[in-house]
Amino acid sequence: MAQRIIIDPVTRIEGHAKISIYLDDAGNVSDAEFHVVEFRGFEKFCEGRPYSEMPGITPRICGICPVSHLLASAKAGDAIMAVNIPPAADKLRRLMNLGQFIQSHALSFFHLSAPDFLLGWDTPPAQRNVFGLIAANQDLARAGIRLRQFGQEIIQILGGQKIHPAWAVPGGVRSSLADDGRAKIRSWLPEAHATTRTAFELFQKALDTHKREVQFFGNFPSLFMGLVEPDGTWEHHGGKLRFTDASGCIIADQLDPKRYAEYIAESVQPTSYLKSPYYSPLGCPDGMYRVGPLARLNVAEQMGTPKADAELKKFKKMGRGAVTSSFLYHYARLIEILACLERVEILMDDPELSSEDLRADAGINSLRGVGVSEAPRGTLFHDYTVDRDGLLRKVNLIVATGQNNLAMNQTVAQIARHYVRGREIPEPMLNRVEHGIRCYDPCLSCSTHAVGQMPLEVSLIGPDGALLHRIARG
Amino acid sequence: MAARTFTIDGKHVSADESATILEAASEVGITIPTLCHLDGVYDVGACRLCLVEVTGVPKLLPACTTRVAEGMDINTDSERLRKYRRMTLELLFAERNHVCAVCVANSHCELQTLAYTLGMDHVRYEYTFPRWPVDNTHSLFGMDHNRCIMCTRCVRVCWHIEGAGTKNVSGRGARSQVISDLNQPWGTSETCTRCGKCVMSCPTGALFAKGVTVSEMERDRTKLEFIVTAREKKQWIA
Repeated sequence: MAQRIIIDPVTRIEGHAKISIYLDDAGNVSDAEFHVVEFRGFEKFCEGRPYSEMPGITPRICGICPVSHLLASAKAGDAIMAVNIPPAADKLRRLMNLGQFIQSHALSFFHLSAPDFLLGWDTPPAQRNVFGLIAANQDLARAGIRLRQFGQEIIQILGGQKIHPAWAVPGGVRSSLADDGRAKIRSWLPEAHATTRTAFELFQKALDTHKREVQFFGNFPSLFMGLVEPDGTWEHHGGKLRFTDASGCIIADQLDPKRYAEYIAESVQPTSYLKSPYYSPLGCPDGMYRVGPLARLNVAEQMGTPKADAELKKFKKMGRGAVTSSFLYHYARLIEILACLERVEILMDDPELSSEDLRADAGINSLRGVGVSEAPRGTLFHDYTVDRDGLLRKVNLIVATGQNNLAMNQTVAQIARHYVRGREIPEPMLNRVEHGIRCYDPCLSCSTHAVGQMPLEVSLIGPDGALLHRIARG
Repeated sequence: MAARTFTIDGKHVSADESATILEAASEVGITIPTLCHLDGVYDVGACRLCLVEVTGVPKLLPACTTRVAEGMDINTDSERLRKYRRMTLELLFAERNHVCAVCVANSHCELQTLAYTLGMDHVRYEYTFPRWPVDNTHSLFGMDHNRCIMCTRCVRVCWHIEGAGTKNVSGRGARSQVISDLNQPWGTSETCTRCGKCVMSCPTGALFAKGVTVSEMERDRTKLEFIVTAREKKQWIA
């Protein structure tokens, strides 16, 4: 008799998730589904609003990566105005995005994921969290929190507030980098570099003791997508899209992100509010692709800064062709933090960041605008259609977690196959499935635009659809 | 021009018989909260925030439209008044869609400021979430009915300062709304002179300059004040 395992709620991710694991007649895992069960409807209720308000509204989707929505939204606004924004505005937006990457990646690594591989998988959940990390290694936890703070400070210095800054606007940005802000960022950089070095060392040790996790935590062939510069250098705000396959071959390059609809299609599952985008030329599920740090490093040929490039070389050696293990998202995240720190350092010497020429002005020159930017969790698309008066008629948001949806299902199935034997959910599996999901650092409030806490529910379901076992936590 | 003597909050005050309680209070430095009042245009007593107590009168009276009288004993601040003012504000918030965090007038909004200063910490009434449109058809300005509190300041400045008569009110009760000309898109109005006085007079984010983003809609009331008072202050002749 086939069975289904449901894990609900999933903890230490941004949002609320539920997992169903299906068993076949022989009692083996046949499939797994990661459900997002809440709905917020930003795409619908933004209709009728002026497009110029969107950089104020869409960051409210999420308190972790509001900057990503802010920037993608402002870029969509630029496209509706059909303007080239002043070069200083582009650099300032980039600086804020780098700050966003640093704070979000530090949060994912130190606060959410490190407790698992530093404190041990089978430590009770009550201790396996950032407070447990503080108890076990106060200096490390403090450094991690400070690294996140550094990213947040960059955002605050530019936008006036750490969360939901209404700073980027269609046509540019509102303010430049003040001298005292520049000095503060510059003086904080050595500490941020030191913390990142420590994190690299820790993760190297974790890799030695987590060979099994590298092997089966979402280690499967898939496509990878991310923005790159024309020469294949890692990009986070501009550039064009590139797809590579599991062997590392480029299957499509320099795709215009604005024409995403020509190569990305979205499938809808009846069990989840999260849509599942795929690379349409290959269909679903063959067109499954991953986005985010792992994907960006797979599609990029170089990082563009020396220290990060050295790490990228080591990273690339971890796979034959592409690096396919989702456990290595953590490693990719650290390399991106390093790249961001190096890029912030370069920007600190750029006098243009103090420019007062920050904002282009124009009316409605295009009835459709697509804004694409890399968010910490992957490529983010904001696609607005407006009427002649600039009021939104249609809004489509494609966010990172949605694009990783199919890959997350596979990851859960792969981990479950290693642990589920029979009709019960073994405790070690629960911990590892949770972490499998956490590798992607999913942000469900973004992806469904859903409200919720961070719970996990796993259900084990038989072939006749009967619920065999259910564990809830959170 | 006969003078009247009376008391406001126990203070002996003297003012011309034509003065309103609001004017007399303002003259002696007593602030009464207002929303629909705008210096320079006539008052209509629409918002009910300036209600005051007058000894011997059982009901509350709007300070902006009540003339002073000899021997009046006026009280502008009491627990009862604070309660009613908070209630009035809560009803305004519940009646339309006021979302301060993403509003163009955030931090520069008289409704928001009053809610802060009068201690409105939550809304006890159910939000009605009405569906109101945004009129973005004008080349310079936009009107978001979701944020309108029907103070009619825009209507009064349009008729009595600019003399264009573009802005009007249609409908009744909660469905009443500010319209342009014969209830047509603002951009098609033949009477609008594009002077922007209505935008300058708006206390919330309902009227705004097109293209502004969150918190950017700051109003320069001094321009309006100049237009209203320049003649009597002889500022026309520079």
